[in-house]
Amino acid sequence: MPPTIPTPHSFTLTIDGQDVTATVGQSILQVANEHHVEIPTLCYLDGLSVWGGCRLCMVQIVGQARLVAACATAATEDMQVVTQSPQLHDYRQTILQMLFAERNHICSICVANGHCELQSWGQKLGVDHIDLPYRYPDLDVDSSHPRFRLDHNRCILCTRCVRVCDEIEGAHTLDVMGRGIQNMIIHDLNEPWGDSTTCTSCGKCVHVCPTGALSEKGTSVAEMVKRRQFLPYLTVMREAK
Amino acid sequence: MVSLDRLDKIAHKARESQRACDHSVNVCTAAACQSAQSQPVLNALKQELKNAGLESRCAVRSVGCMGPCAQGPCISVEPQGALYGKVRPEDAAEVVASLSTTPVERLAINTSTPFFQRQTKIVLANSGRIDPEKIEDYVAANGYRALLTALTERTPAEVIQEVVKSGLRGRGGAGYPTGLKWNTVAKAAGSQKYVICNADEGDPGAFMDRAVLESDPHRVLEGMTLAAYAVGATRGYIYVRAEYPLAIERLRAALRQAARQGLLGQRIGDTEFNFDIELRLGGGAFVCGEETALIASIEGRRGLPRPRPPFPANYGLFGCPTLINNVETFANIAPIVDQGGDWFASRGTEKSKGTKVFALAGQIVNGGLIEVPMGITLREIVFDMGGGLPTGKKFKAVQTGGPSGGCIPEAHLDLPVDYESLRAVGSIMGSGGMIVIDDGQNMVDVARYFMDFCMCESCGKCVPCRVGTAMMQDLLNRFCGRQATSRDLATLRHLCEVVREASLCGLGQSAPNPVLSTLQYFEQEYLDAILGKGRSNGHASP
Ligand SMILES: Cc1cc2nc3c(=O)[nH]c(=O)nc-3n(C[C@H](O)[C@H](O)[C@H](O)COP(=O)(O)O)c2cc1C
Ligand code: SF4
Repeated sequence: MPPTIPTPHSFTLTIDGQDVTATVGQSILQVANEHHVEIPTLCYLDGLSVWGGCRLCMVQIVGQARLVAACATAATEDMQVVTQSPQLHDYRQTILQMLFAERNHICSICVANGHCELQSWGQKLGVDHIDLPYRYPDLDVDSSHPRFRLDHNRCILCTRCVRVCDEIEGAHTLDVMGRGIQNMIIHDLNEPWGDSTTCTSCGKCVHVCPTGALSEKGTSVAEMVKRRQFLPYLTVMREAK
Repeated sequence: MVSLDRLDKIAHKARESQRACDHSVNVCTAAACQSAQSQPVLNALKQELKNAGLESRCAVRSVGCMGPCAQGPCISVEPQGALYGKVRPEDAAEVVASLSTTPVERLAINTSTPFFQRQTKIVLANSGRIDPEKIEDYVAANGYRALLTALTERTPAEVIQEVVKSGLRGRGGAGYPTGLKWNTVAKAAGSQKYVICNADEGDPGAFMDRAVLESDPHRVLEGMTLAAYAVGATRGYIYVRAEYPLAIERLRAALRQAARQGLLGQRIGDTEFNFDIELRLGGGAFVCGEETALIASIEGRRGLPRPRPPFPANYGLFGCPTLINNVETFANIAPIVDQGGDWFASRGTEKSKGTKVFALAGQIVNGGLIEVPMGITLREIVFDMGGGLPTGKKFKAVQTGGPSGGCIPEAHLDLPVDYESLRAVGSIMGSGGMIVIDDGQNMVDVARYFMDFCMCESCGKCVPCRVGTAMMQDLLNRFCGRQATSRDLATLRHLCEVVREASLCGLGQSAPNPVLSTLQYFEQEYLDAILGKGRSNGHASP
């Protein structure tokens, strides 16, 4: 007897009132993306493990008191998902404002100006000023690597770089140090990037970074365009094996 | 092999040796009294007895917490029934001399007061009465009887049924029904399951779990082993706060003794049931007490929470179904299994059963550890048991639930202590910290203290908590410095909402509580702090 291959079980649910089909194991975000319902995300990146930290993809599920992160919540049968509401819009705007005010984001002098996910979500969600107290921390720029640069002022701690380095490149050069507002991306045991003995200089971290925090040296304002095509390619090829 | 007969023998022997002495002096050597120098007192007592030639007639025992921690070092004398506080080594001779006469009045603590009389002891039943480093003492107090009886005479389902019937709810803070959790883990698919005891106690000012671990560690081991039998687990972990060296030492000793007696390990009680417990020291972060972060920490990763579901009951340690309960929750299990769920459920209120241990602190006459039946009012705790505030101070609020809780004003003092009532007034039961605040305190300052704690302890994984707590802290600083504007007040309120609703774990979700509750009951103090208005210390104008 050949082993029976279980057919992926599919079911239906509604997203913003629209009937959609999903397969077992899919997250709400994956189902929404497949059906062209746009939910804002920053820490999520297809091909990397789920983090659930940016909280932009919070959605409401009818009958549940707490909001849930669409990236980290499995879709289930007959679930009624609401992705847009005045409340959700307000929370998303506030979270974006928090990120803009947490560190020193000055788009006009940023290498990623025009190619930044934080900036573009700000534009799409209509964040046109900051109500929250700016924090203006005093942060470093690590230019010790021959080809790349890490500017902590522009980092939003989404940990995409940490995850791609660990999960895809297998180097685990990057990690997060400190607690809470003191969080900082570090190389190895908090050494200058240029001194890292584990970094393979593959550049994946630079290209998954949603902002101008990680960039290639030699780029000037607005020149740092991120190329992510490699990620779905790599993950699909690995799965196919 | 350990059996009920063998337990009887151990108990008999222990009681015999206790009976061999006419008197017994019990010295508290738990952390609070130890730091008040109870060890020299114990040594002095031994020396005095030797000098008096009474060594064989009076035993000196090292025991756990007796409750009135603020009056340490505490000792008790049996059968005389005296309880002494603030005992110094110099007092030893007098205590020894009075053994057969009347208690030393100068040192005596009056135990006929509400502080003692209103207590109902289940969790702390042995605390201060047995030597926590001797398994024989625990066995002599009926210890491990519930376990062996359950293993030989009851099915796992029956054990769970008893816990369900008891109505016990988790004592770690959230109050989730324990029986329901056990059922979920028991039903979860998987051949390997784990039981974890959460002993990371991180709330500032809370020391209930520490007292249990230092005073009666075997009770926790027995509860965990019963849980393992009930849910089908073979391995257990105790995740204990690394800053509790004495608790760790006593747990280690207890684990060794239990294993030696065959109460842990392979074929416990000559049955098919195997269970081992390993000790893990905490990572030193408040958030490591959150169950998913705690699991990550045991697995050797950074202690970061992850979104739930899946809950640990289905997907926990190393991806296996895992039961995680608090120290005090486990400490209630053996009595429930022994005396029945109905017995337990006869105490407390409709939805909150049994007792709760509170650490009473702040501006209060009788500080310390108390165990009270659920449903007692806050007023009884603060004014009757706690004896009210020190002379000259006026009550303003009582803070429950630590950094996740809130401040409850005078108007709500007649509220019965149970999970729902406390939540309804903007606080929570929490793990049992209770801090009394007098009217000299500014409530904005109180809120800022707790926000500072949350900000420093936020793991930083999610944006609302990482950035939101820091911003709320910035704003509270403006209020405390009387530099705030009315816009700051609006921003503060808005941040409270977003952080509460959008944070990933309980730390962020509850971090706004101290601000929200002080805003609810003491809004004027915030208004007074707005630039150019009023006074900052909350006093009425003279
Ligand atoms: C930030 C945070 C800290 C926590 N700290 C503790 C703790 O120190 N001890 C504890 O038992 N539970 C703590 N909890 C609750 C646990 O996550 C979990 O709910 C509890 O251990 C479950 O046990 P119970 O059902 O017996 O209460 C904490 C939760 C959060 C969100
Ligand atoms: S709420 Fe705070 S502690 Fe919890 S995951 Fe988010 S940042 Fe970490």
